[in-house]
Amino acid sequence: MAKFSGKIFNVFLCLMLVFGIWMRSTTGEPVLAASVEADRVHVINRLSFGSSPGDLQHVQAVGIDDYIQEQLSPRRDSLELKQYPTLLLTPMQLERQYGFRRPGKGKPKLSSQERKQRRRRSRIPFREASEARLVRAISSPNQLEEVMVNFWFNHFNVSAKKGRTRLWVGVYEQEAIRPYVFGSFRDLLGATAQHPAMLFYLDNWQNTAPNSPGARGRFKGLNENYARELLELHTMGVKGGYSQTDVVSAAKVLTGWGLPRGRQRLHAKQAFVFDARRHDNSRKTFLGQPIQGQGIAEGEALLDILATHPATAQHISYKLAQYFVADTPPPALVDRLAQRFLATDGNIRSVLETLFESEEFNDPQYYGQKFKTPYEYLIAMARATGRPTVKPRLVAGALRQFSMPLYECQTPNGYANTESAWLNPDTTIRRISLATAFARGYGRQKTPVQLDPLEQTLGNRFSAQTQSVIDGSPRNLRAALMLGSPEMMYR
Amino acid sequence: MRRRQFLQYATASGVTAMGLGWLGKQPVYSQSSSGRQPKLIVILLRGAVDGLNVVVPYREAGYYDARPTLAISKPGEGKGAALNLDGQFGLHPALADLMPLWQSKQLAFVQACGSPDPTRSHFDAQDYMELGTPGNKKQGDGWLNRVLAHLPAGRPTQALNLGNQTPLILSGSKSVANLAFGRQAIRPLPLDRPPIQSAFDRLYEGDTNLGRAYQEGLEAREILKAELNTEMMKASRGAPGPSSLKTNGRRIAQLLSGNAETQIAFVSLGGWDTHVNQGSTQGRLARLLKPLGQGLNQLKAELGNTFDDTTIVVMSEFGRTVAENGNGGTDHGHGNVLWVLGGQVQGGKVYGEWPGLAESQRYQGRDLAITTDFRAAIAPLLTKGMGIESKHLNQVFPGYSSQKALPLI
Repeated sequence: MAKFSGKIFNVFLCLMLVFGIWMRSTTGEPVLAASVEADRVHVINRLSFGSSPGDLQHVQAVGIDDYIQEQLSPRRDSLELKQYPTLLLTPMQLERQYGFRRPGKGKPKLSSQERKQRRRRSRIPFREASEARLVRAISSPNQLEEVMVNFWFNHFNVSAKKGRTRLWVGVYEQEAIRPYVFGSFRDLLGATAQHPAMLFYLDNWQNTAPNSPGARGRFKGLNENYARELLELHTMGVKGGYSQTDVVSAAKVLTGWGLPRGRQRLHAKQAFVFDARRHDNSRKTFLGQPIQGQGIAEGEALLDILATHPATAQHISYKLAQYFVADTPPPALVDRLAQRFLATDGNIRSVLETLFESEEFNDPQYYGQKFKTPYEYLIAMARATGRPTVKPRLVAGALRQFSMPLYECQTPNGYANTESAWLNPDTTIRRISLATAFARGYGRQKTPVQLDPLEQTLGNRFSAQTQSVIDGSPRNLRAALMLGSPEMMYR
Repeated sequence: MRRRQFLQYATASGVTAMGLGWLGKQPVYSQSSSGRQPKLIVILLRGAVDGLNVVVPYREAGYYDARPTLAISKPGEGKGAALNLDGQFGLHPALADLMPLWQSKQLAFVQACGSPDPTRSHFDAQDYMELGTPGNKKQGDGWLNRVLAHLPAGRPTQALNLGNQTPLILSGSKSVANLAFGRQAIRPLPLDRPPIQSAFDRLYEGDTNLGRAYQEGLEAREILKAELNTEMMKASRGAPGPSSLKTNGRRIAQLLSGNAETQIAFVSLGGWDTHVNQGSTQGRLARLLKPLGQGLNQLKAELGNTFDDTTIVVMSEFGRTVAENGNGGTDHGHGNVLWVLGGQVQGGKVYGEWPGLAESQRYQGRDLAITTDFRAAIAPLLTKGMGIESKHLNQVFPGYSSQKALPLI
């Protein structure tokens, strides 16, 4: 250091202060204390879908701890639900008012005009659900809530690609996910288990005790689909220590958990129906514990066992730490979260508090290391530019192009949030092209993104290299370079 | 993820060992000397094509009983009759363009083939066929992407998907280039403009995961642009549906035989879900088959000498019911016919054990049974065709232990 002249050293020191984080993450050893701004950028990056105008200044004003508390206790839903009337309907209302069904035998056939009209109408609930989700993700002040809605939806994934589920993804999110994102895991589990979207998507509505009085037609036998995913994906995890026999037991316990059928579909208020005539009332053994035949109560008992099982605590904690900290989360953190999960009977808010307070979450080595999924990247870009005019339909279309169509992940494990799942050459070129188009403005009035507000919104997050490329480029390119920078691809 | 890491590790550290094994055992191609590269094109007919009307079992009385209006008549019985293949099966007359390939023994069929999973949902069945793991959706990547892991590393255009969105069959850790249909194929991007590109080049020059992805992505784009430039001048018409194979065949051929060195290409064609008014020698199915036959034939012509090194597979998620329904169509069934074309193919033959169509011989009393797992048909195309070692087949198709391989190649 001695050979630096004083002046050069000062410049060097300034650079280190500003970009210290980035130097650290590339060299792997601490250089200087993390800059305060980097801490703020980090907490916003992880608790929200990226900073929007005013966010950095807000966190500076209230402090990081209060910001976290604020986000953990969301204010009332800011969305005008009246604009999306189908989100206020029950599943059965949706099916009756928007479901596309061919007329029964003996009824007059529909004309092609009528068919077209019905089909068009049947698309409304899905469209409203997508728009509402994207509008909330982009502009809700309750950002952590939106992050957790996305997280839990993926955890308890259902796909609009499967039949009737298309009508129900919006109401599923509204009824079974949103109310519980910071609540008790048991409540969340129960709400998804009895929701028609899940019952249909994972086939449990057909799950029937063979030879039971109600068994006939396609409702003749055991269907293990939901029971298996319940153990493997929703609760204990694939290495949770259960056996194939436990899967079969769980499936038997859940026989008769279904949907209104036949004429019931025309009148039923409740979408969840327990059909005792298709239920297996025999005595079962699950994880070595006996479960007596007692109808629907068995299923509740099963969910109780699962929601408080140590394997479940471990599995959920791993996934939370993977989302908020690193693709391969530190095991010590996962253990601590699991302990908290067990100590609080699966209180999600408590587990998140422990997570955000942890040394690992606040360790600068993890800053900016989570590769954004296409969803996260697109929302972040819309938020950064603060454009109220971003059309949800454009975002939804772009998501499709990036192979991450909203509500249409076909596999029950939902979309991954790791770098290995999403980083590839094709996607990188598309992201950069999109960022450039975005910065220039699109639609009829092409108003380019304003540079100064964007700089303020994003704050000091760029590496020395990125910053020098931005500074050395023509002014009309700089917004595109910021939005398409490597730092914007990570959170 | 663990499996993937293992593969990366295996390819990074075991290059020499694996390479030697390859040179010794490889039947048709040696990786180094000949300069010839095996190619595989997979065409997925999404929606379940009616295989019983593609390769018609015209000796079966059950076929004609079950399909009073849809059946294709026996070879020689009037206009629009099936074209005789082997004295037992006949080809749909709309596929007449393929007969020369059949006669030159470069076209084979595997009848009563398919995925053993019982599902009749398009969505599940296509996923299973693309993941290569029937009954299990946990596999994180598609089998064609896993095939790539066992080929010598190539250019970023080594694997190509025709379409905007990487399909499940090609998704995974290996990079894949997407080529849009029709006139969009090489739509100009902002990134093509030199000042923009050079700025991003500087932004992404680092040797990080992201930097490498950027550089590879740009390289793939440059190759595609260079290869397709002349063709683009001729201004193609972008036509959807099976006729898009005709429109895009030239492009695929060019990328396979040119500098792009594409080895794996995937195309999916839709519109086969013929529940209503399927038609017989004329009608909806015939109108779909005609351009498909022409497209395949044209693809062969465009490939020129490269066809000698190419294998083309045409498959579909499941077959359709043996009996026609009340709407002049067929419903979701089980077994189907799989098509194989190529320079190395032992063609002119319908493979697979024929289970018969009597009600007792059908799957669940209604559908053509499956006697050949689709993976058993594809396995020889990978080993003998693409030079993948047999012992690596269980990495392409995990959990599958091979039935006796069909001598398709």
